[in-house]
Amino acid sequence: MSFIVVQAITGLASAASLFLIAVGLSIVFGVTRVVNFAHGSLYMLGAYLAFSFVAAFGDSFFGYLAAMLLAAIVVGGVGAVMETSLLRRIYRAPELFQLLATFGVVLVIQDLTRLIWGADDRFAPRMPGLDGSINILGHAVPQYDLFLISVAFVVLGGLWLLFRHTRFGVLVRAATEDREMVAALGVDQRWLFTGAFILGATLAGLGGALQIPRQAVGLSMDLNIIVDAFVVVVVGGMGSIIGAFVAAVLISELLAFGVVIFPQITLVLIFLVMAVTLVLKPSGLFGRPEFTTAEDRRNPDPPLRAGQGLSRIFWWSLLVIGLAAPLAVGDFAVIVLTEIAILALFAASLHFLLWGGGLITFGHAAYFGLGAYGSGLAVFHLSMGMAPALLMAPLAGAAGALLFGWFCVRLSGIYMAMLTLAFAQIAWSATFQWVNFTGGDNGILGIWPSAWASDPVVFYYLAFGVCAAVIWGLRHAIFSPFGYTLRATRDSSLRSAAIGVDVTRHRWLAFTLAGAAAGVAGGFFAFAKGSVFPDVLFVSTSVDGLVMVLLGGMQSLAGPILGAIVFTEIETELTRLTDLWQLFLGLLIIGLVVVLPHGLAGLSALIRRRSS
Amino acid sequence: MIAPALRLTGIEAFYGTAQALFGVDLEVPAGAVTVLLGRNGAGKSTTLKAAMGLVDVRAGRVFVGTRDVTGAPAYKVARTGLGYVPETRRVFGGLSVEENLVVGERVGVAGTVAWTRERLFDLFPPLAGMRERLAGQLSGGEQQMLTIARTLMGNPQIILLDEPSEGLAPVIVQQIAATIRTLAAEGLTVLLSEQNVRFAMHVASRAAVIERGRILVEGPIADIAADEGVREAYLTP
Repeated sequence: MSFIVVQAITGLASAASLFLIAVGLSIVFGVTRVVNFAHGSLYMLGAYLAFSFVAAFGDSFFGYLAAMLLAAIVVGGVGAVMETSLLRRIYRAPELFQLLATFGVVLVIQDLTRLIWGADDRFAPRMPGLDGSINILGHAVPQYDLFLISVAFVVLGGLWLLFRHTRFGVLVRAATEDREMVAALGVDQRWLFTGAFILGATLAGLGGALQIPRQAVGLSMDLNIIVDAFVVVVVGGMGSIIGAFVAAVLISELLAFGVVIFPQITLVLIFLVMAVTLVLKPSGLFGRPEFTTAEDRRNPDPPLRAGQGLSRIFWWSLLVIGLAAPLAVGDFAVIVLTEIAILALFAASLHFLLWGGGLITFGHAAYFGLGAYGSGLAVFHLSMGMAPALLMAPLAGAAGALLFGWFCVRLSGIYMAMLTLAFAQIAWSATFQWVNFTGGDNGILGIWPSAWASDPVVFYYLAFGVCAAVIWGLRHAIFSPFGYTLRATRDSSLRSAAIGVDVTRHRWLAFTLAGAAAGVAGGFFAFAKGSVFPDVLFVSTSVDGLVMVLLGGMQSLAGPILGAIVFTEIETELTRLTDLWQLFLGLLIIGLVVVLPHGLAGLSALIRRRSS
Repeated sequence: MIAPALRLTGIEAFYGTAQALFGVDLEVPAGAVTVLLGRNGAGKSTTLKAAMGLVDVRAGRVFVGTRDVTGAPAYKVARTGLGYVPETRRVFGGLSVEENLVVGERVGVAGTVAWTRERLFDLFPPLAGMRERLAGQLSGGEQQMLTIARTLMGNPQIILLDEPSEGLAPVIVQQIAATIRTLAAEGLTVLLSEQNVRFAMHVASRAAVIERGRILVEGPIADIAADEGVREAYLTP
């Protein structure tokens, strides 16, 4: 009994920080409708800043407290800069672009933090005055845990006062319901947005600062916490403060007890909680259902025609270049070409979902990675040869997409993006933690092509042939009756449903198809690299794919191919020159979203318009 | 005649690629109640939204008094003294009645505060008894009162009412009509859109008829209501 109480307190202490993060994310989303990926980066920044301030003047209880509060305030200032300089420009952009732009900020802050504080983990001293423990029912409970819990309640109470009893709070709540009406009543929303963002950023910074006596300060804090925070807001309901609180407690307690009872299953537990919540109440425990009209795209793309003229020439010349290239270049270039062929398929499968189905996924790497692990594990555990192992790849990708997709396609827009990401991160954690089966961090090594395909040029032709065939198949699907229906559900899910289309089923099928195609790419990726590491499923792989699609331009089937070529080239060249690749990529993404939302394919149209 | 309080010239408005208004010209004289008559989908709501800056206006100009507010964001238009009461009421359902009024609270253009919460509770007595109740739990008529009260909290000089009688019980419609006359007596300029000609005749002195995004006729309401041709062709009986 006493053990349960103590474990519950530990869980509450973890919930405290999670609540601070999630509630900030939720407030910002409620008002601005932007899911801020960089919210975790603000949390990490809060931790690093607090670490430095504590080192400077944190040798007493009040000094330490001041250091943490100052860190939170500085992060609030960073938030103000971020909102006024970047977010303001993208409030009208599609959700995918907003997510990507804020992910660009994640990358930029990652590299800047590494430049300033170094890559090694930092350890802050314990908080003076709260470094002991209190005896509760015969167990020692850290004083600091109790402090954290009380801070969470103070913040909850403070937010309640703010939102109930100040004009700012009432306006924020009103704007969360109906922004346009608030504007029509004469309220300048710019300061409302900035204010809400500063509030959210400060809370994130505080959450990070409060963590430093409990855990090491490191560069992986940002993405680790943001995924947990996504899960919390999805479960609690976007925009709901009390929802964030309840869900943070629920998840943290599940983890606290799960770790003791059955450590391997904690991830699955979170997965189950999320799945059950979304099935029973898709908008979260305390969330409001989104307006259905928001699903319908105001300005659908012009219908796409099957390739004619120029487009036909593009595809044929691509095929010819692809077939002829290995004869003209060296060994290293052949390896790069193989990677391009593989990534082109990955990008094309992602484009199929994004453009064809209008399904915003931020976790497409999961199916790429499942394909890679499908092949890798088949070789490692079952000693399969290359050909049968490659056949496992699409099966693994499709199986994962079938399972995750069942949940994901029931949501749309931002919720879907967050859920796909959460699933991908869960898959990533699973490969990371299930060491016996996947080799964990060490990966699976020695996945080499069979003897007949061991020559890089032969393997290239194999990869090129299969990837080209699958891309052609996806293109075919877009122009099939299934593709027409899918695009109809994208342009208006309501009207499609009204004429008898089973929207969910079509989306699920598209999701699975794209998963299988990504799996094929993943399988080849494993054999091309000779190894598989958890990285292939990580969110950065998903974002690489999104950048390729965006770079090439969404509105054309050639876009993802073009994007994969250009992206791989840039990455290959730049990583040789600088170790600030992430900083560059982050700025590239932000630039793309703000300046060139139609990608390279749209650039020509832009130039044509300018010059005419 | 003095300069109109609100003037629209050649307004062309769009929803996405679909054009809804094709060159709307409309003058709203100060201190009077003007009604915009037309059938469903004729462009009544869009005209009000265009005045407010809530819809994509690609041609034409909007003047509040002598001030050109074309293309200005809605909050700036509101601050020139234009109050907007939307068709579907759009009260903030998760906020209390009192909080809804707080959102609308604003000092008028000339630094005037003609309307306070207490005065509005006098104007709409049913609301006074439910200050703490969530707006989402009010009846349709109460929500209509609240949405008008909320806009009046901004002390506008001109108030745009989008189909204020729609979907309400006859007794409530009478109350709303009385309210509109009270507002006019207070010196407010009123522009309302309506399908119901009889209701319009009760409250308005001037009328304009809109059909397919164009103004067909404009003039004293008695003339327009008397014109059998206009009534039969363009208005719902």
